[in-house]
Amino acid sequence: MLRTINKNQVLILTNIPRVPASITSVLRGISRRHKIPLSTLKRNAQILKEFNLIAYGDPPNFSGVELTELGRFISNLTVGEEPTVHGNMVQTRSGFRPLGTVIKDLRKTVLRMIAEAGSGHLGASLSAVDILAILYMIKMKHDPKNPSWKDRDRFVLSKGHAAPALYAVLSEAGYISPDRLMTLREIGSQLQGHPDMEIPGVDASTGSLGQGLSIGVGMALASKMDGSGSRTYVLLGDGELNEGQIWEAALTAAHHGLDNLTAIVDRNGYQLTGRTEEIKAMDPLADKWRSFGWEAMEADGNDPASILDALNACDLTTGKPSVIIAMTTKGKGISFMEGNKYSRKTPDAQELKRALKELT
Amino acid sequence: MAQNASQLEHFGRALVDLGLINEELVVLDPDVAASTKVTYFAERFPERFIRIGISEQDMIGVAAGLAASGKTPVACGFAMFVACRSWEQISSSVARPELNVKIVGSHSGLSPNADGDSHQTYGDVAVMRVIPDMKVVVPADAPEAVEALGAIVDTPGPAYLRLARGATPVAYTEGCEFTLGRANVMRDGSDASVIANGVMVPIALEAAGSLAREGISVKVVDMHTVKPLDTDAIVKAAAETGAIVTAEEHSVIGGLGSAVAETLVEKRPTPMERVGIMDRFGESSRSYSALMAKMGLTSDAIEEAVRETMRRK
Ligand SMILES: Cc1ncc(C[n+]2csc(CCOP(=O)(O)OP(=O)(O)O)c2C)c(N)n1
Repeated sequence: MLRTINKNQVLILTNIPRVPASITSVLRGISRRHKIPLSTLKRNAQILKEFNLIAYGDPPNFSGVELTELGRFISNLTVGEEPTVHGNMVQTRSGFRPLGTVIKDLRKTVLRMIAEAGSGHLGASLSAVDILAILYMIKMKHDPKNPSWKDRDRFVLSKGHAAPALYAVLSEAGYISPDRLMTLREIGSQLQGHPDMEIPGVDASTGSLGQGLSIGVGMALASKMDGSGSRTYVLLGDGELNEGQIWEAALTAAHHGLDNLTAIVDRNGYQLTGRTEEIKAMDPLADKWRSFGWEAMEADGNDPASILDALNACDLTTGKPSVIIAMTTKGKGISFMEGNKYSRKTPDAQELKRALKELT
Repeated sequence: MAQNASQLEHFGRALVDLGLINEELVVLDPDVAASTKVTYFAERFPERFIRIGISEQDMIGVAAGLAASGKTPVACGFAMFVACRSWEQISSSVARPELNVKIVGSHSGLSPNADGDSHQTYGDVAVMRVIPDMKVVVPADAPEAVEALGAIVDTPGPAYLRLARGATPVAYTEGCEFTLGRANVMRDGSDASVIANGVMVPIALEAAGSLAREGISVKVVDMHTVKPLDTDAIVKAAAETGAIVTAEEHSVIGGLGSAVAETLVEKRPTPMERVGIMDRFGESSRSYSALMAKMGLTSDAIEEAVRETMRRK
């Protein structure tokens, strides 16, 4: 058995893409980024293979490399430390890039999209960027080349007004061509103000708050019926939890023991007209979900490592659905936008410039 | 008429005036106060302002309870969520017992143009109209919205007031004449009549102006109240002009067009065309007027419909 696992092996384990890629191309990418000789990486990959942590075909056929179940487990453990997650190489449309850089770029894209469109929910989008990035770049099983793959994991943006963040991530993952992003909310564009299933990669049409969890329940039920291993993730706003339908769906999910369903609450503490606790108090929020039969946990929703930890913990929950109360900051990442000031305000040219500068 | 004004802005200020006269008036907000402009009321009468949170169906039930206890609740939200999503609560808890609840649906029609078809609402008049005894009012502009609000608050029982987001063209002056259930003739004519409501009234006037230059004389009727419907005004227009066009920022199914057609079929069959949303969803657009044009809600469309009905006389 492996007693310890060296740094190079961790690098390989945490950089195995979700979609099939040849072992040589993956190792070459790591080699270039981290200036490690390819031969060293090849030797370590061979060791990981012998210990049944990764699987790939031998030369000359080099079939797609993937993590074994054990490998996935170990990989999840090792990426639980912040520096590793931030530096974790994730597959984007422009090749493998460090997650931290990708997330910064996503925030810039969201800012530009909303400024260009002239309207949109900036604060709500920025608050959810990290969660969306972890889901699409690391956690979810999906294939941008085959958006309708039956056994993919599903994602429902129930707080549909964060659509710009979803579109930015879908573009980075390879679903939406980047040159279309700036057509957000333009007449004739596919990029509607709220998510629309016409867009490749969008699993649910939303925009009317309170409805996404029910849709997610349906998807999780179908996955169980089909014996598919697919999981469903639903992102909810904390103000959105005011809607009664959320709690109806929560009961349905618990009743059916949907352990393949994970809800994430973007707990930024604000809704449109003020603080959630001043409008309709939600605390103690985790206890509410628990009393509805859910496994509930808290995470720092703007910290990739914390989000990933919580998502991995959800995989281990059996017999009931799980919810992550993700503590976030509305407008996260741009000092003068944090809080509720940019809930519906669109940045002007000057503000956009200042905001982009903060992200460099 | 080139001037624009916001219905919601004027509605929001008028609510304060009504609050001064009527101490039982309470306002409920499902987390969209800044958009519906009930913030003015909230500032003036915080003790009569209820922040209900994002739970529109809940809000309607709470309004029913307030009304049953002698209050005059005004529940304001986006038309899609306050009227369509909460339809059954409105029908069961408010209308069946004829409670004195005033429902205001803002952001109606295509007016939430950038938000897209999750927010655009073209079925609210249809679903409100089908509820027995519900009053349904679609004012043409800001001054008429103020008068309409006063009228529904003065009239006991449930009512639905439909308003647009943003500034829209103005056809009336402040303090204009408004009687619930009585249509206003905006312009006389002899060749055809356009029966319109909401933002389509100023557009119908524009169409009538340009048809006049072609020598076609068009009567324009503002049918601000879809229920109770002024059937006399419809029959009169049909008798005088022999051709009817309806124009509304709503689906042609179930709204003003349907209501007028039902009247004509029963009382005075007349060649008729409907201008409205042709049984399809809208889409996001940065420009409201571009979306109106794409969806066929223009002066040109009304003019063409007028010519068509005249051919069929
Ligand atoms: C049913 C419904 N009601 C109202 C709205 C309007 N609306 C859009 S965003 C929003 C606030 C949402 O707050 P929250 O869920 O906390 O999300 P945040 O923006 O804070 O991330 C509201 C009321 C809507 N989209 N759907």
